[in-house]
Amino acid sequence: MAGKTLYDKLWDAHLVKQRDDGTALIYIDRQLVHEVTSPQAFEGLRLAGRPLWRSDANLATPDHNVPSLKSERDGGVAGIVEDISRIQVQTLDDNCDEFGVTEFQINDVRQGIVHVIGPEQGATLPGMTVVCGDSHTATHGALGALAHGIGTSEVEHALATQCLIQKKMKNMLVKVEGELNPGVTPKDVILAIIGEIGTAGGNGHAIEFGGSVFRNMSMEGRMTVCNMAIEGGARVGMVAVDQTTLDYVEGRPFSPKGEDWDKALEYWHTLHSDDDAVFDRVVEIDAAAIVPQVTWGNSPEMVTGVNGTVPKPDDIADPSQKAAIERALDYMGLTGGMSITDIKLDCVFIGSCTNSRIEDLRAAASVAKGNKVADTVKRVLVVPGSGLVKKMAEKEGLDKIFLDAGMEWREPSCSMCLAMNSDKLGEGEHCASTSNRNFEGRQGFGGRTHLVSPEMAAAAAIAGHFVDVRDVINA
Amino acid sequence: MKSFTTVTGVVAPMDRANVDTDMIMPKQFLKSIKRSGFGPFMFDELRYLDVGKPDMDCSKRAKNPDFPLNFERYQGAEILLARENFGCGSSREHAPWAIEDYGFRAMIAPSFADIFFNNSFKNGLLPIVLDAAIVDELFKEMYATEGYQLTVDLEAQLIRKSNGDEIPFEVDAFRKHCLLNGLDDIGITLQDADAIRKFEKNWQQKSPWLFGAMQ
Repeated sequence: MAGKTLYDKLWDAHLVKQRDDGTALIYIDRQLVHEVTSPQAFEGLRLAGRPLWRSDANLATPDHNVPSLKSERDGGVAGIVEDISRIQVQTLDDNCDEFGVTEFQINDVRQGIVHVIGPEQGATLPGMTVVCGDSHTATHGALGALAHGIGTSEVEHALATQCLIQKKMKNMLVKVEGELNPGVTPKDVILAIIGEIGTAGGNGHAIEFGGSVFRNMSMEGRMTVCNMAIEGGARVGMVAVDQTTLDYVEGRPFSPKGEDWDKALEYWHTLHSDDDAVFDRVVEIDAAAIVPQVTWGNSPEMVTGVNGTVPKPDDIADPSQKAAIERALDYMGLTGGMSITDIKLDCVFIGSCTNSRIEDLRAAASVAKGNKVADTVKRVLVVPGSGLVKKMAEKEGLDKIFLDAGMEWREPSCSMCLAMNSDKLGEGEHCASTSNRNFEGRQGFGGRTHLVSPEMAAAAAIAGHFVDVRDVINA
Repeated sequence: MKSFTTVTGVVAPMDRANVDTDMIMPKQFLKSIKRSGFGPFMFDELRYLDVGKPDMDCSKRAKNPDFPLNFERYQGAEILLARENFGCGSSREHAPWAIEDYGFRAMIAPSFADIFFNNSFKNGLLPIVLDAAIVDELFKEMYATEGYQLTVDLEAQLIRKSNGDEIPFEVDAFRKHCLLNGLDDIGITLQDADAIRKFEKNWQQKSPWLFGAMQ
């Protein structure tokens, strides 16, 4: 019998019941809750008179709607200017009170983007099943957890039953071997993977990221990679547990201690795919071939190297693909054949659950240090992923570097990744963004998003257009 | 949940690949704490000429005359015909809520994004996956015939054309059962409460650190 993949092991460990119809009940260890996808779930429980199955399995924080401006933030929930945003954040507070869910409220230093605070607090751990009403929940798979996004009906289902009804996915291995070149980051690795497999490439699969590149990658880098599994179509992305994982987890507030730690280690050491495990699909990518990536269109798969050009629709044979490229170029205001480095920027956003951790901020600061934002760039927002990341960055003086460069230093929130608070692009504005989606209107009506790494975003802010960050680093 | 047995209705197009849930339901409408009322804002940025806001009266807004769902011939449509990877991106259930609230009962595409596909079933909305070539054929027939209708028979797992032709489709047995009977998943799962408790007790013994750490 063939060995098991990491996904097989996590699935088997959480299997409550296999049903004859092919579905299974899977036990959920941790649910992260935020204000946007939970109100209807709590309302559903109230209407049905259902209690939480286990209140200690849930951790809540507001992130999508909370203001990033300090002046607005200082007033707490009551200070949120927009009525419907305030009501949604207030509703989360009220629901957490009523149902007994631990919540880091708006101005708690532990508040932040759910996918940043989960690992930071040790609230998400190796071997767990983790769900959240947010598609970027795969982030926690970086810890060797089985983590995926769900809709609000399933948020309610998990709150009420501590289980989800699931069908097992297929196993996919994305293997990146070799050495990354200097200036090539985890963000570039995942964008290159999405460019290779396509935005639907992982549909129906749980992706394990394997190979020397991920073995040598920091935990935060692995989080960036797993975060965007969904942009490759896969709900689940994960990396096997190793010493890097254990070093990261040890000593965090909700991590196991003492005897529990030793017991946990025993289990966590098993959380890797067996040598003879069989994957339904394997994709191999050469690390050395990856260059800094920039998206030019309205799907994350519309991506190329910074040294590349925007595609010409006339070169594309397939009519539907050609039409999609034409539509994207029209929306993005770009011309086929132009160099990526000729794309001028109006705005830069450094933040989001993909790239707002301390290593991301350090990387951006290292490029920004001693430089000034180009006159033609209207705004650069730097938005840390949590109150604790913000505090650490300030202790290291990163805020000063950003402010001296002419960038804005904001309060932790999802901010301009999806423009639910007041941080939005204007119509037609081009933005170099460290977030995860370049969909039409995502960062504001008519806004034009280019996804890049924190280093590339900072370099673009200074140049006013995209530049190859490898030249900046080498200069 | 509304049950789904057989639906006969006008077919309307969303003729592009990788339609994302931001497009189906833009972020400004996600601030509602309700589950209903999203239909008028479905595809808001494509459907209207102005920028949509949650409390607008959509009947008074200027509609985009080039957007097919605004065409007279597609009014009252109940079946949405779409392309590859429909519903990709965010997990927001507001997307299927909007599609259902608008009046669609079934969607046909060569593929759907996983989370959207799953969310749809929870809301009485049937996503049907057919071969790309068949979907292409349906697009052609729909464009050629004003008032083009199809019948979706979930029990028989068949799509019927008005000329009597039938196209079979696959659906998971459990999801089919829930849709046919309008059943609430939570109620079904709670019938297994004893199995869940038994698993949990054993799991807690094996992994005590997973319990109580946050309270």
